[in-house]
Amino acid sequence: MIRIKCPYCGERDHSEFTYGGDASIQYPSLDGTEKEWVEAIFFRKNIFGKQLETWHHANGCRMWLEVERSTTTHEIYSVKPCHPEMKKVLEKKDPNDL
Amino acid sequence: MTRFNAWNVFKNGLIGQTDWDRQWRDPEPKKEYDVIIVGGGLHGLATAYYLAKNHNIKNIAVVEKGWIGGGNAGRNTTIIRSNYMMPGNHQFYEHSLKLWENLSHELNYNVMFSQRAHISLFHSPAARDAAARRYNIMNLNGTEAELWNLGQLKKNIPHLNYEDARFPIIGAAVQRRAGNARHDSVAWGYARAGDELGVDILQNCEVTGVKRNKGRIEHLETSRGLIKAKKVGFAVAGNTSRLWEMAELGNLPIETHKLQAFVTESIKPLLDQVVVYGVGGAHFYISQTDKGSMVFGGDLDWYKSYAQRGNLPIVQDSAEAAMAILPCLGRIRLIRHWAGVMDMTMDGSFFICKTPIENLYLNAGWNYGGFKASPASGWYFADLIATELPHKYIQHHNLERFEKGINLDERGAGPDPKLHG
Repeated sequence: MIRIKCPYCGERDHSEFTYGGDASIQYPSLDGTEKEWVEAIFFRKNIFGKQLETWHHANGCRMWLEVERSTTTHEIYSVKPCHPEMKKVLEKKDPNDL
Repeated sequence: MTRFNAWNVFKNGLIGQTDWDRQWRDPEPKKEYDVIIVGGGLHGLATAYYLAKNHNIKNIAVVEKGWIGGGNAGRNTTIIRSNYMMPGNHQFYEHSLKLWENLSHELNYNVMFSQRAHISLFHSPAARDAAARRYNIMNLNGTEAELWNLGQLKKNIPHLNYEDARFPIIGAAVQRRAGNARHDSVAWGYARAGDELGVDILQNCEVTGVKRNKGRIEHLETSRGLIKAKKVGFAVAGNTSRLWEMAELGNLPIETHKLQAFVTESIKPLLDQVVVYGVGGAHFYISQTDKGSMVFGGDLDWYKSYAQRGNLPIVQDSAEAAMAILPCLGRIRLIRHWAGVMDMTMDGSFFICKTPIENLYLNAGWNYGGFKASPASGWYFADLIATELPHKYIQHHNLERFEKGINLDERGAGPDPKLHG
């Protein structure tokens, strides 16, 4: 079992999460070329070793996380929220105080 | 090479099994080969065999980093079927099944191919309609397929849970000519038959570098020295991207995921077919080996991984799926489980194609289905390497199909590799 330290909920089993995929993909602008879009949608580096990926805490806080993990040992190096500004809002005492 | 036949079995029975030859040589690598196939799994060994047999190329090597048949060849559930419907896929897998039907004779090696029928259960009228569509397409294409109602199913497989299943079984789509085979025998059979035709099988020979001279590969750097090659074929599903990177070719429409399989202790004959079950996101397939063990598998572990070891939640999911349709297995003990690394592609179909490098050919992207494909995979990959012309069955199984918009997506799951189970 992989254990992921969710920044909102603490350390949880990976079975609480769903795997999103490669977090390093940069999508081209909407008027990008067809070749750029084909590359972004269909082609992958398929890293052997440390990679950046997204996980969704589907059976928890339902937040998306950016996880650095090894594809060979499954060791996790870092976990951070995909949307840090959302974390700031959640940490405010009064959520309406934007 | 001593042939396997009744006389030789009898003779060796009398003389204490002392007159058998080695099944294949253990040669030193030559300086240069006409064709080097990287990967000593079923696909690589089959390719080398058909290159020698069908195309009369004699100077061939298969290089394997470990021992032959030690990768995914030994990590699957040995199911063979041809229930595909996309043009190209259908003809390809049907040809593969036809090759399986004669493979033991062809190789003079008993691959224990058993056409015990592949039974794909359905649990709702919508699923029945979808199965009817697929199996009607198969019939129109010349692959015999049947739909069974509950009565036929109960008669043939009495032990399924017809009483109180969470998703009641209402029938099944059936391919009678499908079945399974003994995975090790297939690797050994192709190795032995290829060796007899002069193929050098180089084990413990890991490719560590690919030396390019502009648009050509000059030689491969291996753990057993430099080997020159006129042509090179990659057949290393699971690790394709790593070799692709060594050849400085960039990215591929492939992600590596792991898939687990399970085997139980042996029991008396219980299940005489391959039974498949897929509902509510679960995916499960089970059969009984000749030794009596139940062999089954389920879904991927859902996250990208090169580690050949499985994770616990899938053990639980697969056990639950087993209990859902075969509750009589409740007290059986699991004795082993393992994981293999799959090339999962962006549309769930494979690649047998040329590459941007003139003398490099690619065989990859077998998703869940590489075992049954191995004879045809070797056949058409050898054909491509020898003739340079993609056969019409595999003309769209290339890396350009995505930019052309002609994805071969049997499931219609879209560009997310983990969904093409």
